[in-house]
Amino acid sequence: APGLVPAMESADGAVRTLPSIGRLSRGPTFGRAHGRFGLSPSGRLLPPAPRSQENADPQRTAFLLRKQWTLYSVTPLYRFSDAHLRDYARLLSAFIAAEKQKGLAVEVGVELDIKVSVSSLPDLKGSDQDQAAILVQLSSRSAASSKNSEEKLIWSGWFCCVSGDDLSENVPEDFTCLPLFLANGGESYTSIVGSWFQKTFDCCFRRLAISPLNLTWMAAMWTGCKVDKTASAMELVFSVPCLPQPLNISYAIHPEDAKALWDTVQKTPGEITQEEVDVFMDCLYSHFHRHFKIHLSATKLVKVSTAIASAHCDGIIKFLQSQYLTGVLMLLTELAISQIQ
Amino acid sequence: MQRRQSSKTPKQPLQIHHKNQTDLSAWRKGGRIDPEKSVQNHQSPTNQKSDSKQDSLEQALSYFEKVQDHVSLKKNNVLQKHLITVESIALQRGLPPEGFDVLLNVALSGKLADTVNTRLLKSLVPASVIPETSVVSSVSWLCVSKCSGNIQLLFLRWLITMFDFIDHKEQLHALYGFFFSFLQDEKMCPYVCHLLYLLTRKESVKPFRIRRLLDLQAKMGMQSHLQALLSLYKLFCPELVTITLPGKMKTYFKNSEGPWKAAINAVRRRNQENSPVLQPLFLGTAQPQSRKRKWNTQLIIPASSTNKNNLEEDREKNRVDLYSMNESFPVEQLQTFSQLLQNIHHLEFPSQMGSVLTNPLLLHYMNCTKDESIYLRLYYWMGQTLQEECTWCVADNNQYEEEFKDFLETVYKTECFLQEGFSSCEEFLYKSLPLWDGFCCRSQILRLVSWIPLSSFSEMKSHLYDPLAQLFFTSSLYFKCSVLESLKELLQNWLNWHVIHLDSESDSQVHSLNTTLSGLVNVVAELIHFVGWISTVALRLENNPTFLLYFILDFYETVCDMYLRYNLPLLIMPPAGVFYPALLSMDSVSLNQLCYIMYRYRTNLVAAKENELSKTKILQFKFSSQTYQEYNQYIIAMVGCLWTSSAFQKDIHPQGLRMDDELLKKTTVQEFKTSFNIVYHPAMMGYAVLFLQQAWPDDTTFNFSLIKGKKWNWYLEYLYAQGLKGLKVFIESSINRVSQASHSKAGNVQV
Repeated sequence: APGLVPAMESADGAVRTLPSIGRLSRGPTFGRAHGRFGLSPSGRLLPPAPRSQENADPQRTAFLLRKQWTLYSVTPLYRFSDAHLRDYARLLSAFIAAEKQKGLAVEVGVELDIKVSVSSLPDLKGSDQDQAAILVQLSSRSAASSKNSEEKLIWSGWFCCVSGDDLSENVPEDFTCLPLFLANGGESYTSIVGSWFQKTFDCCFRRLAISPLNLTWMAAMWTGCKVDKTASAMELVFSVPCLPQPLNISYAIHPEDAKALWDTVQKTPGEITQEEVDVFMDCLYSHFHRHFKIHLSATKLVKVSTAIASAHCDGIIKFLQSQYLTGVLMLLTELAISQIQ
Repeated sequence: MQRRQSSKTPKQPLQIHHKNQTDLSAWRKGGRIDPEKSVQNHQSPTNQKSDSKQDSLEQALSYFEKVQDHVSLKKNNVLQKHLITVESIALQRGLPPEGFDVLLNVALSGKLADTVNTRLLKSLVPASVIPETSVVSSVSWLCVSKCSGNIQLLFLRWLITMFDFIDHKEQLHALYGFFFSFLQDEKMCPYVCHLLYLLTRKESVKPFRIRRLLDLQAKMGMQSHLQALLSLYKLFCPELVTITLPGKMKTYFKNSEGPWKAAINAVRRRNQENSPVLQPLFLGTAQPQSRKRKWNTQLIIPASSTNKNNLEEDREKNRVDLYSMNESFPVEQLQTFSQLLQNIHHLEFPSQMGSVLTNPLLLHYMNCTKDESIYLRLYYWMGQTLQEECTWCVADNNQYEEEFKDFLETVYKTECFLQEGFSSCEEFLYKSLPLWDGFCCRSQILRLVSWIPLSSFSEMKSHLYDPLAQLFFTSSLYFKCSVLESLKELLQNWLNWHVIHLDSESDSQVHSLNTTLSGLVNVVAELIHFVGWISTVALRLENNPTFLLYFILDFYETVCDMYLRYNLPLLIMPPAGVFYPALLSMDSVSLNQLCYIMYRYRTNLVAAKENELSKTKILQFKFSSQTYQEYNQYIIAMVGCLWTSSAFQKDIHPQGLRMDDELLKKTTVQEFKTSFNIVYHPAMMGYAVLFLQQAWPDDTTFNFSLIKGKKWNWYLEYLYAQGLKGLKVFIESSINRVSQASHSKAGNVQV
């Protein structure tokens, strides 16, 4: 197809710009982007969160808040097109029906138990280069009467990319970069929908766990964010390793205290460094040690909850503030990209 | 004592991995069974066990073939034994296709009691396929009603469950009318409906059948199984079925998988373990994953299927159907090499690129396309799969080591086939080597190392050499040899790549050759220095075993010939820590190998010198004078050690053998001056003894000094005849024998 030509050229170009020698293999070059091996960069710019929301209506993304989302990373989708979302919904619903009643013939297009909608969420973007987020929703129709039955949302999932330039700049145009996938609902539906995407767009889904190091980043970043209302406490949950019984330690801090501490640690506004995050956490740890004689640095941070969002190391997130939604997504996109590359 | 042949005959620059190249005759999909693997399987102890099982199954089958009427199970031990054999084998491994005819015949003929028939039917689990003929003959038993109603029902349920395992279905379709007639049996009706549902094609839908179904429905009421069949009829022929059917049903048919499902899964899992690569081809479509694991893991390589994601094109195609020249050829139909050639212009890659790994035809196609997106798709899939399934990087994965091994093996074979490494695989190695214990999937990992693409050294050092060196020094001798072997392969792959690259780029990109070549030379030099370093340390750690020395010298057999064989302007001498242990080895194999290597170094250096002197073209690279100097130092030591008995006097290498006469006298070794030459060298002494025995059979004093003058030449001929070809080429090239008669005057040649 003629559309392939620029893609080929750009991929060729990437190979040619290698410093010294040609390569024994085709494909992207190793360690092209920063964050190789999933290491965190030593510093991050804070997202201009509230500002980028100017033209976005918080109502349109409100349904994403206060739900638990399971995180996945997704490799770029091959030959995905925004123009065919309706067709995708149709094919996906046939696929779900086929998966659910294996062995029976299924006609494409007929009314099925589960309705699938695939739509675009244009608000969830960090930069112009980002692909608009894609929302997939499954709803069931009660079997009693098919006419005026209420549709009940049973599963939803969305793909997004917020400031994922690292990835999207480097792939040919046949590929769509939506590296972060968030699912809410039964795992069996996640599996069916994920399988369909994997089959159709030759992509790979992987659970995205959040390392304790990245959780400390979240704790620090979210502490610094302004929240209008009286915010809930910041809570850190630690698990103590090597015990016969699991033991979790919950450490709650008044949000204003945490903010005051963070303000003394952070030097340059709008920018955070690894060192600052470490200092912030060390202060919290030494405070805890003074009272309870427990070294939290020897335990594993498993969960961070603040007024902005809460995140669990298993890769589960809950967004609480719509104005900081894209900011949190930006960090998650970065983590997803580092898992892909 | 026979030396390996290959070191004497120069290897072809492009060393093809014959065992991994697909045999042209095996390109038919059906015949794509790895011969190596099947041979291995037969030799493994578990399969020897299964051979004896095979015998008992054959006995059981021949028993059931001849069994007489009305044998009682309780009284007959033979029947019990054979029945148990059939059951246990069926549930563990599944039955071979030829077993079905016999067992179905006996189970449906009513010869034996129903309990036996039931047990037989329940154990009819296929290992691969069920021959259609056996199903047809069992339908004829069904028609004569020799067996009881329960057995009939069980048989129908079996047939429904096993429908997909029947190898052909044409004759079965011809029996459609027979099955249809069974509908009148009230008990059989639901199962017959299900079977007909599976068998129905458009041409099966006939007005009289619709009438019959409607009659049945009128008689029996709304039955979901009848409705299912009717709705299928309506789907095929809406003009014939005018009644309205209720929109949707939860389930049309009762689950009839019953007693067989667990067994099928067990057998399938077993087959999958034995050959995960072939598994997706089983029945032609991807089987559901048997392991209860994360849904997104795809260690099972997806089956090739056509990319259905062409909505846009589909529509266009409908419009311009007349010009459907560019309709793509479905990959599922690609079976032979000639098909590939005929359809190469309109072939499309499968929807999941990962499936090409098991499809040599598509790999050929991949080799001749320039579309970078296919490599990117493969890169993402493989990278994620390797990371997700890595048994030592991901907790809880260690139980799946065998599957992971097979996957790595497949990746390696693909790399050999394509003659290039995958960058996803390279990244995986860099990420996982620091965590690797050097044990898990060892041979697979080390083989993958040999396909690491060339890249700049800073990466290689920290990501490959450092972790590898740590493991190397702390692991067994065998591991050390394996690492050296794979680094030799790595070097050869780089050099082959360079030769091919040189050919293809010589016309167009001469200008960039300069930087490109220097980069390549640096990377190759670093690899050789790395191997020299670890070899030196390993020889000391392990106390110079011949086995290890063999692998080290094998590496240098490639190194010494890089200039002539691979056209790379680089020669690096082995370090003294390798050279001297080889020179003073107690083993003639090592010494002979060293002689051959030094002969090749000489040939390469002489050729380089000549090129330099002739100045026919401007050379970008010259060997440094240090290389020549090192070579000369070594050659003096060698000639002193093998020929002039002057090793202790003449060796000028700083780490060499030079010793003062005073010191040597203190050793109280008599005649230390003659301790090293081709007669007295410890590696050669054995030959000298044998030679003496043959030349002077009566002399038992072992007077080695007799070997001189003419006898010296005879002795040389004797050594050459013993297969020391490396020694021969070395002596003939590097020792300038002024007079054939006087060996003492031989001198060395400096280049």
